[in-house]
Amino acid sequence: MADDLLQVRDLSTGYHGREIIHKLVLPDIRAGEVHSLVGPNGAGKSTLMRALAGLQRATGSVKLGGRELIGLSLAEHARHITYMPQTLPQGVALTVLESVIGALRASPTGEDAGLGEKAIERRSLEVLQRVGITHLALNGLDQLSGGQRQLVSLAQSLVREPRVLLLDEPISALDLQHQLRVMQLVHELARERGMIALVVLHDLQAAARWSDGIVMFSKGAVVATGKPAEAITPHTLARVYGVRARTEHCSHGMLQIMVDGVLRPDEVPAA
Amino acid sequence: MANAIEVNDTAAEAASILAAYRRMVARRAAIVLGLAVLCVGAFLLDLVTGPSALTPRQVLSGLFAPDSLTPPQAAIVWQVRLPYALMAVLVGAALSLAGAEMQTILNNPLASPFTLGVSSAASFGAALAIVLGFSLPFIPADWMVPLNAFVCAFGSVLLLQMMTRRRGAGVETVVLLGIALVFAFNALVAFVQFISSQEALQQLVFWSMGSLSRATWANVGMLAVVVAVVVPFSLHAAGQLTSLRLGEDRARSFGVNVQRLRFMALLRVSLLAATSVAFVGTIGFIGLVGPHVARLLLGEDHRFLLPASILAGALIMSLSSVASKTLVPGVLMPVGIVTAIVGVPMFLFLIFRRSERS
Repeated sequence: MADDLLQVRDLSTGYHGREIIHKLVLPDIRAGEVHSLVGPNGAGKSTLMRALAGLQRATGSVKLGGRELIGLSLAEHARHITYMPQTLPQGVALTVLESVIGALRASPTGEDAGLGEKAIERRSLEVLQRVGITHLALNGLDQLSGGQRQLVSLAQSLVREPRVLLLDEPISALDLQHQLRVMQLVHELARERGMIALVVLHDLQAAARWSDGIVMFSKGAVVATGKPAEAITPHTLARVYGVRARTEHCSHGMLQIMVDGVLRPDEVPAA
Repeated sequence: MANAIEVNDTAAEAASILAAYRRMVARRAAIVLGLAVLCVGAFLLDLVTGPSALTPRQVLSGLFAPDSLTPPQAAIVWQVRLPYALMAVLVGAALSLAGAEMQTILNNPLASPFTLGVSSAASFGAALAIVLGFSLPFIPADWMVPLNAFVCAFGSVLLLQMMTRRRGAGVETVVLLGIALVFAFNALVAFVQFISSQEALQQLVFWSMGSLSRATWANVGMLAVVVAVVVPFSLHAAGQLTSLRLGEDRARSFGVNVQRLRFMALLRVSLLAATSVAFVGTIGFIGLVGPHVARLLLGEDHRFLLPASILAGALIMSLSSVASKTLVPGVLMPVGIVTAIVGVPMFLFLIFRRSERS
């Protein structure tokens, strides 16, 4: 059903007149699914995310539930899609709860444009509970560890209850436990709320574990898509990352990726 | 069973945190109210302080019943004390609000009308008017200096404005451009000083010191109108300004049109700063220190930060005005000198505190 699909067709975008992504087509993403965008540094992953979020000019078509999003104002975009950048800025004198309330107050969200003060407070606190950081509510943002900051950042995005959540490397700087907590939460919320999550990840193991689908991306173009085991193969790894690797399923059925070394330029397979 | 207890626990925890949050909000409102009370106090102190032999009681009763004073006394209260004191409050409020908005939209704690060239531009405008004796038809000669200062100050902010709208110019570029403006205008002022006559030079130096003695009811009224018009717009933008502190991309993703927010904020800043500087000359540090004091007191929720910045600026300026009358007995020092003397140690304190934190 087109009702709950994110459909990206012929999307082109770039900076200063230089096109980075040209006529990109992504597989349709259904509500409730988590998809990961993987690829080497400089592949254009963040550019794609920013274009999907409406933060930079793009042409083509991005439809959510059949409705065209390209050309909408930021405020209208923000009713449907929330983009979570890699980091929170330093040196901000706000408490955790204030920052989440601030995210909700920035502009009206979906159906609850006229949310009252008390409703805003209650909803913000519920999100903190859900993310498991209620105990940090009144701490200053500057007193938090990197992992805690990332959870707060996630709470700021979730409080707006977006239909599509775009996460740009949410776990790159986190320890193992926080990596798990963030990804598990994203996965659960996607299922519960019917939210679409598109996540940029460098950790292929995590991508394989938490995603319904993988988009492998290189030089502004899609190289492989599909279920984790279909997209992440020795061949695509060699082509996209230039590494010699093997994949197998462990006794729990999870995809494991083992990298044996870097390929010489002449060993990298062409398309 | 264990689950039920856990749910109760989290409900209780949520309730207690919500209560603590509301106490924090109430405390902030109380701090703003406290600042307002201190402002009124400082204003009254400013009003009753001065070289003439008027008692505080005479001054205050003269406000409500002008007939109780002799004509010379009434003139002192109504033509000197009151406009000066009102001007101090208004200029402090305007510069501090301008600084607070600048610091947020440029994401730079050192941004202020003074550090980003607005005051220097105003000095240059005034210098041109004083030294070259510009005049325009239908404009009284008295108004040429403030008018020219206003035009230059406004122009300098518009220049900054254009930079923020240029594609690819980050806020760092804008801050660097502001610093370049300071040097450029200072050099131009020095050049004008170099070619000016002895008499014009003296006038110019006095102008650039920043003094409340140029306060008249007419320019107090004009600045009051500007402040009254601008403040509601600033407060209206408070929510968006707060979200901008979470990062530009994030704020945009939350639906904030950051470019428009910057444009409107810089427009407010140019009106506030240019009008203030045009009437009283260069007043340093209020625009920098006022917002920092407010931030230290109650954080960066702009619903509180902006009013607190306004009040902190007004308070510091009123106290500086009192100090300018009392530091050297019998001498009215230009208030711009006093704010700098008070401001430099505060500025250094803030810088060291900042470097200690990071």
